[in-house]
Amino acid sequence: MNILKFFTAGSVDDGKSTLIGRLLYDTDSILADQLEALQRSNRKNDDGTIDLAILTDGLRAEREQGITIDVAYKYFQTEKRKFIIADTPGHIQYTRNMVTGASTANLAIILIDARNGVVEQTIRHSYIVSLLGIKHVVVCINKMDMVDYSETVYNSIIEKYKILAQQLKLADVTYIPVSALKGDNVVQVSENMNWYEGESLLHFLEKVDTDHLDQSLLARMPVQWVVRPQTEELHDYRGYAGRVLSGTFNLNDKVTVLPSGASSVIEKIEFFDEALDAAHAGQSVIIHLKDDVDISRGDTIVNASALPQETKLIEADLCWMDTRALDTSMMYNIQHNSKITKCKISEILHRVDINTLDKHAADEFKLNDIGRVIVKTADALAFDLYDDNRANGSAILVDTRTNLTVGALMFRAAVE
Amino acid sequence: MSTYNFDYLDELEAEAIHILREVAGQFEKPALLFSGGKDSITLVRLAEKAFRPGKFPFPLVHIDTGHNFEETIIYRDKMVERIGEKLIIGSVQESIDQGKVVEQTGKNASRNALQTVTLLDTIAKYGFDACIGGARRDEEKARAKERIFSVRDEFGQWDPKRQRPELWNIYNGKIHKGENIRVFPISNWTELDVWNYIRREKIELPSIYFSHERDCITRNGQLMAASPFLNMDDEDVVERKQVRFRTVGDMSCTAAVESDAFLIDDIIAEISASKISERGARMDDKVSEAAMEDRKKGGYF
Ligand SMILES: Nc1nc2c(ncn2[C@@H]2O[C@H](COP(=O)(O)OP(=O)(O)OP(=O)(O)O)[C@@H](O)[C@H]2O)c(=O)[nH]1
Ligand SMILES: [Mg+2]
Repeated sequence: MNILKFFTAGSVDDGKSTLIGRLLYDTDSILADQLEALQRSNRKNDDGTIDLAILTDGLRAEREQGITIDVAYKYFQTEKRKFIIADTPGHIQYTRNMVTGASTANLAIILIDARNGVVEQTIRHSYIVSLLGIKHVVVCINKMDMVDYSETVYNSIIEKYKILAQQLKLADVTYIPVSALKGDNVVQVSENMNWYEGESLLHFLEKVDTDHLDQSLLARMPVQWVVRPQTEELHDYRGYAGRVLSGTFNLNDKVTVLPSGASSVIEKIEFFDEALDAAHAGQSVIIHLKDDVDISRGDTIVNASALPQETKLIEADLCWMDTRALDTSMMYNIQHNSKITKCKISEILHRVDINTLDKHAADEFKLNDIGRVIVKTADALAFDLYDDNRANGSAILVDTRTNLTVGALMFRAAVE
Repeated sequence: MSTYNFDYLDELEAEAIHILREVAGQFEKPALLFSGGKDSITLVRLAEKAFRPGKFPFPLVHIDTGHNFEETIIYRDKMVERIGEKLIIGSVQESIDQGKVVEQTGKNASRNALQTVTLLDTIAKYGFDACIGGARRDEEKARAKERIFSVRDEFGQWDPKRQRPELWNIYNGKIHKGENIRVFPISNWTELDVWNYIRREKIELPSIYFSHERDCITRNGQLMAASPFLNMDDEDVVERKQVRFRTVGDMSCTAAVESDAFLIDDIIAEISASKISERGARMDDKVSEAAMEDRKKGGYF
């Protein structure tokens, strides 16, 4: 059995939390005592039925205001698959929390309120989905119960969205008309929309393929920790512990260690008490090299025949996530896997106007702004382009005054 | 290209190991909070997988309420001996003796809430900058909101409205002096995942997780183990029951469930069929709708 990680996005009150609640409820994933707590709660729908959104709106402030502030993670499984859901906030103020939930997902559910159609937050979230390179998108036209389950309304919204999807180069988009509140097309196919010929949301989620097998030739392992027992019997033991980001390392593979550029050969791959022939993307292992090279945390072991980029100037997309605006004269820390070095945003190439998706010249970058910048790093990073290798093409910016994570970076090009 | 089996347990395991190694790499003085429960026992196994044949780059820390199940302490000491790692004990009794906290009175008295003070004192005394815990997001709705690296201020407080963004698998461990980070490597595991992992790894557990006979009383609809730590009166009727514990904490706040599950397979079958959540057996969560959120804001695990 494998895991599908997905998240919900869309504007405030489009019904994201209700949809998750409905998915859990109709798959019988809510336990008796949790249900009892829901029934006791005083947040009810107008008709007196339980408000399923409070299943994920776990904070007091969220329940009081009836909105989602931060991501909630929920877990359920069917016979076919395990699911990890991130229910993210729709409010623009909390976009950074939406990005948090989205960054680890492989599928996005974008909700649109059938009464309102595509609005600014729909565009913003869809844009973020495209920046993050999330492969699968399901657009749920929600609250169909409030528009008499009208096919015409549904069609006019998806026609609009299709144009947006094309602009954003979202390749794999599926459309489903639903009512999160009433349950139409969430788990069961609805009787109320006979004109809809597709499957229910759950059914789709159960079978959408998520290619777990990483076919990439870009074998990369950032070193997190050097294991050196320094005991008598393991006197010379020196293993490099890390998680393989992408690709595969095999015994006897020629590897290069960056940034030093030293080369060696894989002598042994260990996983606890097992010796492995190969280490694949996703695995946390210990690698031993034939030669005595100087390696420490922050270095990356890579396949010698497919080297990453190595520069100090990188063109990247930036999502700014701090209330304090970007200061181009300031030094920030950039954290790229296990490597941390200083950096500056040396140039803002453009900022994107979310309503029109037009690119404008800009010298300011404020909370929730998205655009293209040039990052200048103190040490060179060994990176890949985000589109080639998500795991090695992303980084965060940390403000050294506040220690807050203030920016998300997706690398788009090495600047020569 | 070779294919390989990498199922959901492998994925969860690899993620947890990655997180543990990030703690080792990013902090000066980390610690692993060890309660003796199945989740922290799972963490110890994951730490072995992350760091062996080396030593753990952190000690285990047990916040001891003094109201433990005997079986847990026996297990703890045996395990510490087997793995050969350092154990630090923070004692709630000591905090009481020093007058830092006051023992609760009345029928529902428990030391669970007092633990927070002892925990914060222990963190301050040893200067821990990161504390690894076994909390999972599926346990409780406030926990469902917490980051894997969760910043606590100088007073141990969690501020749910000001959590840092946490992107991809990059964890920002930078903090100011006095602050610390709570790290939850098994955030994304469910109760069933933990049990399946324990079965797969053949991890030994304290015997109280399995069905046994025990004197119990019924309190607020829950079965509690009769013990000197529970304030009992004439109304309480002691009954011999066939029970096990689904979660293990302080004796005065952990309820038992009636069960015939003697083997791990029985437990997995029981949980899969159960209609009650794990924390349904915790009195400490029943206080109010935001009980866990409030305790977390106050510095709780
Ligand atoms: N009639 C109707 N109402 C719905 C439907 N889905 C959600 N709602 C209602 O819309 C309101 C907002 O729903 P939420 O699920 O909280 O919305 P959200 O998208 O999670 O909002 P944020 O997280 O704050 O962005 C609630 O009152 C829901 O009951 C639906 O399908 N039909
Ligand atoms: Mg919501």
